[in-house]
Amino acid sequence: MYFVALRMLSADKAKYLGLVFAIAFSTFLLENQTSIFAGIMKRTANRILDVTDAEVWVMDPATQYFDETKALKDTDLLRVRAVPGVAWAVRLLKDLPVARTASGRFNQAIVIGLDDATLTGAPRRMLLGSWDRLREPNSIIIDEAGFRLLFPSTPLRTGDTLELNDRRATIVGISDAAAPFTNFPIMHARYSEAREFRGRERSQLSFVLARPQPGISPNDLANRISSTTGLRARSSLDFAWDCIRYYMANTGIPVNFGITIAIAIIVGLVVSGQTFYLFTVENLRQFAALKAIGVTNPTLARMVLLQAAVAGFSGFAIGTGMAALFFETFSRQLATRGIILLWQNAAGVAALMALVVLAAAALSLRKVLQLEPAAVFRS
Amino acid sequence: MNPPAVHCHQIHRHFGNGDTRVHVLRGIDFTAASGQITFLAGPSGCGKTTLISVIAGLLQPSSGSVSLFGRDLASMPPDDAVRLRRKDIGFVFQQYHLIPALSVAENVAVPLLAASMKRRDALEQASAILDKLGLGDRLHQPPARLSGGQQQRVALARALVHQPRLVICDEPTAALDHETGHRVMELLAASAVHPDRAVLVVSHDNRIFHFADAIAHMDDGIITHIDHPNATTTA
Ligand SMILES: Nc1ncnc2c1ncn2[C@@H]1O[C@H](COP(=O)(O)OP(=O)(O)O)[C@@H](O)[C@H]1O
Ligand SMILES: [Mg+2]
Repeated sequence: MYFVALRMLSADKAKYLGLVFAIAFSTFLLENQTSIFAGIMKRTANRILDVTDAEVWVMDPATQYFDETKALKDTDLLRVRAVPGVAWAVRLLKDLPVARTASGRFNQAIVIGLDDATLTGAPRRMLLGSWDRLREPNSIIIDEAGFRLLFPSTPLRTGDTLELNDRRATIVGISDAAAPFTNFPIMHARYSEAREFRGRERSQLSFVLARPQPGISPNDLANRISSTTGLRARSSLDFAWDCIRYYMANTGIPVNFGITIAIAIIVGLVVSGQTFYLFTVENLRQFAALKAIGVTNPTLARMVLLQAAVAGFSGFAIGTGMAALFFETFSRQLATRGIILLWQNAAGVAALMALVVLAAAALSLRKVLQLEPAAVFRS
Repeated sequence: MNPPAVHCHQIHRHFGNGDTRVHVLRGIDFTAASGQITFLAGPSGCGKTTLISVIAGLLQPSSGSVSLFGRDLASMPPDDAVRLRRKDIGFVFQQYHLIPALSVAENVAVPLLAASMKRRDALEQASAILDKLGLGDRLHQPPARLSGGQQQRVALARALVHQPRLVICDEPTAALDHETGHRVMELLAASAVHPDRAVLVVSHDNRIFHFADAIAHMDDGIITHIDHPNATTTA
């Protein structure tokens, strides 16, 4: 009887397409919005996630997230190094000087100052040049998006110079640093030089990056550092989540996306649910005839569920295809780089759409199961 | 001696409660024998459809008993009643009730498919009976492309394809013009009648009464008298 169910489903092309597209569009909208949301939120943690060689971040207890830091004292570095279990610990400076080009373009930039000796935290994915050229005097590495922002219509290249608070620096490499939350260029320099870009203010130590000795987990080490030094110490992953949570709690972004997502859910539920329900109601006479002919309720239930499953699956597949195409296109663009369709989002949306379709099927099914087969004689 | 295909004893059926209560069947005793066409005749609203719904097990009587082929419907487990309907009863409805999304042959195959027969075998048997009913060239068309008379012949094929022991037709010619209805009745008489099968036809069209072996006349919920038209003409 299953092919009968499928034929009934696809018989009214307009209604079938309407049903499939209602599901497809809510799938697309949900996957799109949840993925963009996740991508934007991840950007707030990208500076931390980009540093793969350290596992623990140490900061002033007042520092809650990466973008706003209270300076540590230079002696704090030594205190961290003295904590048992620390394999090594190095300094990291974060600063926001204004970068100016010779042609007069300017933009605020994120400058990361790396430990002079080890260059810990240097970008590992280079598009041009090499990170160890940072050892050259007055050198910086800039990310591609930053380069394109400051040098529009110039092909990617090294050798150009920038002024950072009136100090000249030469670009020795173009990195593929993950996108920041803002559109600021990301520059890497040696700590000693980055300090100079600050201008008037005194030198500041933003973070100490540490790595545990073998056999000690980053979380354990972070706890030890906090309890011994009184500083805030977090494993990289915890600190990344701290940043994400900070932006979730303190910006309107979650509310904004939440509203869109809620509307997508409601519209998806109402439109696809109602279309499917109407479809069943319109076919009620046919179901009554099948019932009179002796098709059992369990078989009818399976027919309705099959119809719902096929419509739901087709819609989900089309919607996910559209979302994949969307992100395939936009993740290649500089402004939206790194924002991808996460399988977690697709799986979540799949579960949600399955619920929507099941609810619609359940409503329709009630109608079919309660149907008086004798109704078939009434015209 | 075989029990009659259909036997009804003192069937009552009412609908509604209190002021809106209507007593539609008021004590029906009725028998239909295998090998015969039995008509159920009477004015519109007298309870014919209600009675065949009760006979087919689609509607519970308020009181009284129905037995089909000697088995009491009321004492049968619900699953058995559905199985009996699937296996032993064929239906022809006034409005055909074909499934528009299926081809003619697929529509006819539905009772076989409902009984879990393989699709290919079911379609083969459906095609064979459609051939017999003169629709062999319409197998793959959708029912909507057929005339009313042809659609009713498809419905007739669907009612017969699983060789049921009882065929129930509710006003099978009411939606057709006289000539077409007459042809459908001729086909019904020629193909449905079988020594092991009872055919029950509801109609108030006296122009087709001559197809009947017996006519039960109903009025206001009771059977008033029974005619045997062919017996009288041959006597
Ligand atoms: N489900 C029902 N609820 C209420 N009244 C009904 C129902 N079914 C039939 N009736 C009533 O029973 C009477 C007989 O109906 P029916 O059996 O369809 O008559 P016929 O088929 O002889 O025209 C009508 O008055 C009809 O309104
Ligand atoms: Mg009637």
